[in-house]
Amino acid sequence: MTNIFNYIDRQSPVHRLTGATKLICLIFWTFAAMSSYDTRFLALLAVLSVFLFTLSRLRLRDVSFMIGFTVVFMLLNNILIFVFSPEHGVAIYGTRHVLFTIVGRYIVTREQLFFHLNLILKYFATIPFVLLFVSTTNPSEFAASLNRVGVNYKIAYAVALALRYIPDIQHEYRDISLSLQARGVELSRKESVIKRLKSAATVLIPLILSSLDRIEIISNAMELRSFGKHKKRTWYMGYPFTRSDFLAIIISLLLLLGSVFLTVVNKGRFYNPFL
Amino acid sequence: MKQPIISFEHFGFKYNAQVEPTLFDINLTIYEGEKILIAGPSGCGKSTLAHCINGLIPFSYKGKMTGSLRLGSRETKDMSLFEISKTVGTVLQDSDAQFIGLTVAEDIAFVLENDMVSFDDMHNRVKTAAQTVDIANHLKNAPQELSGGQKQRVSLAGVLVDNIRVLLFDEPLANLDPAAGKQTIELLDKIRNKTNSTVIIIEHRLEDVLHRDVDRIILMNDGRILADMRPDELLSTNLLRANGIREPLYITALKYAGIDIRPEMFPRNISSIRLSEEDKKKLQGWYENAPPSNPKPPGDVLLSARDVSFTYPNNVTALHNIRIEITKGEMMSIVGSNGAGKSTFAKLICGFERHSEDSLFLSGMDLSQYSIKERADHIGYVMQNPNQMLSKTMIFDEVALGLKYRKVPEAEVKNRVEFALKICGLYPFRNWPVSALSYGQKKRVTIASILVLDPEIIILDEPTAGQDFKHYTEIMEFLTELNQRGVTVVLITHDMHLMLEYCSRAAAFSGGHLVADDTPANILSQPDTISKASLKETSLFTLAVRCGIADPEAFISRFIENDRRERSR
Repeated sequence: MTNIFNYIDRQSPVHRLTGATKLICLIFWTFAAMSSYDTRFLALLAVLSVFLFTLSRLRLRDVSFMIGFTVVFMLLNNILIFVFSPEHGVAIYGTRHVLFTIVGRYIVTREQLFFHLNLILKYFATIPFVLLFVSTTNPSEFAASLNRVGVNYKIAYAVALALRYIPDIQHEYRDISLSLQARGVELSRKESVIKRLKSAATVLIPLILSSLDRIEIISNAMELRSFGKHKKRTWYMGYPFTRSDFLAIIISLLLLLGSVFLTVVNKGRFYNPFL
Repeated sequence: MKQPIISFEHFGFKYNAQVEPTLFDINLTIYEGEKILIAGPSGCGKSTLAHCINGLIPFSYKGKMTGSLRLGSRETKDMSLFEISKTVGTVLQDSDAQFIGLTVAEDIAFVLENDMVSFDDMHNRVKTAAQTVDIANHLKNAPQELSGGQKQRVSLAGVLVDNIRVLLFDEPLANLDPAAGKQTIELLDKIRNKTNSTVIIIEHRLEDVLHRDVDRIILMNDGRILADMRPDELLSTNLLRANGIREPLYITALKYAGIDIRPEMFPRNISSIRLSEEDKKKLQGWYENAPPSNPKPPGDVLLSARDVSFTYPNNVTALHNIRIEITKGEMMSIVGSNGAGKSTFAKLICGFERHSEDSLFLSGMDLSQYSIKERADHIGYVMQNPNQMLSKTMIFDEVALGLKYRKVPEAEVKNRVEFALKICGLYPFRNWPVSALSYGQKKRVTIASILVLDPEIIILDEPTAGQDFKHYTEIMEFLTELNQRGVTVVLITHDMHLMLEYCSRAAAFSGGHLVADDTPANILSQPDTISKASLKETSLFTLAVRCGIADPEAFISRFIENDRRERSR
């Protein structure tokens, strides 16, 4: 069954890091990659990202859907930028080296190509890391780590509960819709969109009502087992930090500082080879 | 002298939302280390009593309390819910809905997490509790991967992990198959002996709970305590029957034979009861004089499965070469534990899952050609939980839904809906909102909404789950009436009484195989099938053997027929 967390249980140094570490690293890493357009730095991040991905023993096929999705999105992003703003690179780097003309105002410049290169590098610097996080963090550890980075535990637990109930609700939705289809409600593509939307509403009402029943039971069960008693709570999945956790956090913090440092040195977010 | 741990004195309770009180003048003392069974029909106030003990009343459900309720020496209304739950641990009825954690280990650890227990300590305690209830091999499993019995053991471990003094069980047997229910009762007994905790069980399935001894039974009805007796004493009275609780079947059989039940016979359990030679003769005499049962001759084949197999996309094979024929006009049941394949089989029949060609036939036509909707014109399917099927506000609209989608003319819709409502005894409520109905009535609405499509065969998934004896009898008598009108009825169930009492035939599934297809009385007399299909031997069989009746199966059938006649009076 599909779940938003596609946790893949394998033995690797990345899996062994705690969820909180991975979450903190993810935050630092994405800030570092987002803020800088320094090509050398992005290339470093991209290489590191891909290296970590291999270290985690994930296979490409495990995340093929996500990668396919990202590649399409990346291409679309690039094409749209070129279509709407073919002189974007020129505006940023301040020089203009024309390579060739496609048609009308669509003139390919070295600056524009260089900008696109940076954009693609950005994808390579961040996406493997995000996939890594999603695939190597146990969902329950994720809730624990949210709490550890300062999110209120009630909110963090709500996330865990949602993850717990998503498969159940998917299952229930399927059962309800099948029994309604048996009574004649058409949910397949044979019907018009408006009719299908109306029919979907017919499925949602029993789903909502039975979910409300569930909520009453679950909130009673939680209260009977002392949820909300203290201002803090501990987590079964909140594994203690080890040396490699600290190391990972320090490295990603250094990368973030490096990104800030480069912005200062470059006098802006961009590294300009054309000057 | 034992210390009282829970004491009610002239206690009463009224919910804010209701006009009348739910509990009246309750006087009850439960001592440390006791094992108590609280029994009573639906709506008698036993769940409210449980909520008072575990603190959900008054902390979650608001209302007015009168009199006194003490936990140890303190009034519960002066305590907090958290303080109460340090003493009283509750295992709720629906072990699936109360499963909070993403995995078994986290669910067990939940209370420790909230109490800020340190990481190492928590992991050790979870391990110990899991071992106590024998679930330690499943610590990393998600709730979806567990059976009903396993989920319940997780809930139990989640309470035991906190060294609780009072264990409160709210209808622990409601969602379990007979074998799992028996294990639960045995496990409870084991834990009580080991931890010396006080155990309170709320349940209307008396015979199943009495599989292991309890100290006292509290019988409730209409918000009052009617009896507070040792099991041997209570079973010697007629109070159970008079208050809508099913007596153990062997007791009923002995009473039919004119045998007077007395406490000194130790009637609490089929293995403890002492029967004199005279008693045995009386029972034999009753058996010989009871009219023999004459089964209905089988009709034509309506639905036939020829080597039906099914494998889910995740490569789990749910059914292996099922061969079975369902005949016109019969009432049969499909039994087996969770995951035995009985629901998958029903889903294949309805077309909810796809099956191969030439495997399922309805009156000779290959079903693989037909869509869900087309099959529904012949085969009706009623889900277990009526709330999952009801999507309209008004009863009439709900029942009419299927016809409207089939574009039946307005006038005909009205006629057919009214007819279906009349059959189901809902005609007076036709203009009511669905939400105003009781659970049993809602169940009838869902049945009416299927009947209105005029199916030849109707499949019901656990039609009586969570119902007390009175409602159970009502629903089943109603289904029998439908059956007599010519509708073929297939019941998916793990309720042994149901198949024994109402079905002429039962098909037992186990691990995706059909392991038996016979009369219920025969199935329940074969130890091999019983264990494969997670059933339990009926006490009637044991009784017949003890009294030297040569044909126990015939004894069971005669008893059932006699019992139904008596009850429908």
